[in-house]
Amino acid sequence: MTETTDTAPGRAAGGKTRATGRPARPGRTPTGPRRRSWRDAPLRRATPWLFLALPLALLITFTYVPVANMVFYGFTDWDGISPDRNFTGLDNYVQIFTRPELFRVFLVSGYYLAASFLQIAVALYFATVLSFDLRFRNLFKGILFFPYLINGVAIGFVFLYFFQDGGTLDSVLAWLGVTTDHPWLGDPASANTSLAGVSVWRYTGLNFVLFLGAIQSVPGELYEAAQLDGASRWQQFRHIIAPGIKPVLSLSVILAISGSLSVFEIPYIMTGGATGTSTFVIQTVKLAFQFNKTGLASAAAVVLLAVILLITWIQRRLVPDDKVDLT
Amino acid sequence: MGKKKALTGALLATAMLTAAGCGGGGAPSGETAAAPSSPGDVSGEIKVLTHRTDLVQDGTMDRYAAEFNKTHPKVKVTFEALTDYEGEVRIRMNTEDYGDVLMIPGAVAKNDYPKFFAPLGTSEELGAKYRFSDKTDVGGKVYGIAQFGTANGFLYNKAVWRKAGVTDWPTTPQEFLADLRAIEAKTDAVPYYTNFKDGWPLTAWSNSIGSVTCDAKANDRLAGPVSPWKEGSELHVIDSLLHDVVKGGLSEKDPGTTNWEASKGMIAKGQVATMHLGSWAITQMRDAARKAGTDPAEIGFMPFPVQKDGKFCATAVSDYQQAVNAHSAHKSAARAWIDWFTEKSGYSAKEGAISAVKAAAMPDTLEDFGDNDVKLVERSEAETGKVNAIDNAAEIGLAKPDYRRQLVDIARGAQKGDLRGFFADLDKRWDEAAKTAGS
Repeated sequence: MTETTDTAPGRAAGGKTRATGRPARPGRTPTGPRRRSWRDAPLRRATPWLFLALPLALLITFTYVPVANMVFYGFTDWDGISPDRNFTGLDNYVQIFTRPELFRVFLVSGYYLAASFLQIAVALYFATVLSFDLRFRNLFKGILFFPYLINGVAIGFVFLYFFQDGGTLDSVLAWLGVTTDHPWLGDPASANTSLAGVSVWRYTGLNFVLFLGAIQSVPGELYEAAQLDGASRWQQFRHIIAPGIKPVLSLSVILAISGSLSVFEIPYIMTGGATGTSTFVIQTVKLAFQFNKTGLASAAAVVLLAVILLITWIQRRLVPDDKVDLT
Repeated sequence: MGKKKALTGALLATAMLTAAGCGGGGAPSGETAAAPSSPGDVSGEIKVLTHRTDLVQDGTMDRYAAEFNKTHPKVKVTFEALTDYEGEVRIRMNTEDYGDVLMIPGAVAKNDYPKFFAPLGTSEELGAKYRFSDKTDVGGKVYGIAQFGTANGFLYNKAVWRKAGVTDWPTTPQEFLADLRAIEAKTDAVPYYTNFKDGWPLTAWSNSIGSVTCDAKANDRLAGPVSPWKEGSELHVIDSLLHDVVKGGLSEKDPGTTNWEASKGMIAKGQVATMHLGSWAITQMRDAARKAGTDPAEIGFMPFPVQKDGKFCATAVSDYQQAVNAHSAHKSAARAWIDWFTEKSGYSAKEGAISAVKAAAMPDTLEDFGDNDVKLVERSEAETGKVNAIDNAAEIGLAKPDYRRQLVDIARGAQKGDLRGFFADLDKRWDEAAKTAGS
């Protein structure tokens, strides 16, 4: 599915095809082949690289060097402070895979995974509803997107008061005539559900905006035509919107899975991983910064990266990202 | 072609930077940070890293510095307060830039002290003068001097305990539990507040290791496969008491949402009756009482409820220790500051803590201890390095909240398991780790 039926290579960039690099090489002008320009002006050839130099330098310094360091630490017994470290080979990895309790925390991710499907459903619902002409449409958009703009740490604190004994949630329930004595963060199931709920509240806005953008990129004529044909709202959704946003939907699912495997901020701030709410990242942070096992923690981080890449790869194999053609 | 070259270049740069990152600083000289012969002569600008953001912000530290300048006019002292002291300093210690004077972060392994700090003198010399010097003693040299020490026990609201009809300190854990039950029954107060959410107050319980058997070497004895939670041991008694308090429903209802700052006001107002803390907290709670308009004198401090030969014991342990950066250019000035701050600043008295200077008097916050003849056990830290190594290898964390949070969860039924099984598991992990670590 890489090449479509585009005939004019010069216009490929503006079309819907993915840039495969084949139609037009950078540095060449579309007006005609002028082979001499390359050797004549070395500066001209260097120009794209000069533009790229700064972002590349930043990317290498702040992403690849730290990652390379981390991978390196994963093969040592470094404690995070000492100037000395010993090379221990695959020892850390052997340890990770022979200690089942280190993997048990992935079960907690199940709560967040379940929650993220709820989140996608809610976001999809609102995106569909708000894509039609509605009163106060922009206000609702703002309200839905707002939580995503708040800092995760602040959200953690806000919801700590929310779930407190006699806090906001209890008061609201009391107005509704429900008096419960339930400590929301008190037992593992309730705590994880509460935390996953916070996560839904926070990220629904992001999914919503992604879906809304995708829905609005569907040409309006299609709706008109469908309406003329007497299609109901549900039929419009089923046959126009749903296929139209499939790529975004699959992206959201990938983000949801990798997100639920690497949950960190909200449980870390709110419970510190206590009462069975520890996630793989919290556990890694604790290994590194509480028990001074930076080597082991780095290896754990590499394993998490590998797990996420693997799952994404499997998912892409199961649901290939084929081209959508609505026309 | 160009693409390939750039990629190679990028990889090369990455590799080089990685290698450079691993190089670290040069080896420290090991030169002693000696006190200046005459205070007027020493000069230089020193930076002090501190965790006391409150004292830097309200100008208290600057006043100490001004006072210090009266005797050491040529030394300029600046402070850098770090909110996340442990987290930030441990990362800065990968470079050479971590101030001239700093508090030794808990994460630094004891055997690594000579790589980071300048020795301050020999053990005999400093041990004769200062308490807690064995905590930083590596190979016969001392690397840090304690700011102050704290006694450990239970902070309580005297009025609430009186209201419940309890006037004498409990002498056994059972009596302590009975007293808490009386508070539960006769007052509106929460008998015990765990501070589960903030977590670190749970670690204070470990500071009482030594109070139970009145043994100054109690902590050192953990350095080996000794099953620290076996029946009758220090930790067995301590952690069982916490477990029983929670299991008996004598602690706050929802531990997941506790709040340390709020707890100060709660104990001051008598909404909370008891908390296990160090004596450093007494002044803070009394301040809270003043702010809340209650009587500061009602904040009392009692020893761990165990008696040996009819006497209470309470451990005295060292707070942060001040050390001189091995890479400092003004070691002498830095040393002068540490000496002055420990001996002459009056800091420990103001904080209501035990001075690190042996000759100094006990603080008035511990008046009750003196009156009731509580024996203060200055806990030996000779084997702390090894104990910590085992502790980390076992991933238990005696000075970290996690395992006590599990204990509280088990006690209130939020986690499966029972106390016996939990202790057995801890013992097993400890003993296994002891075989490999710290040797």
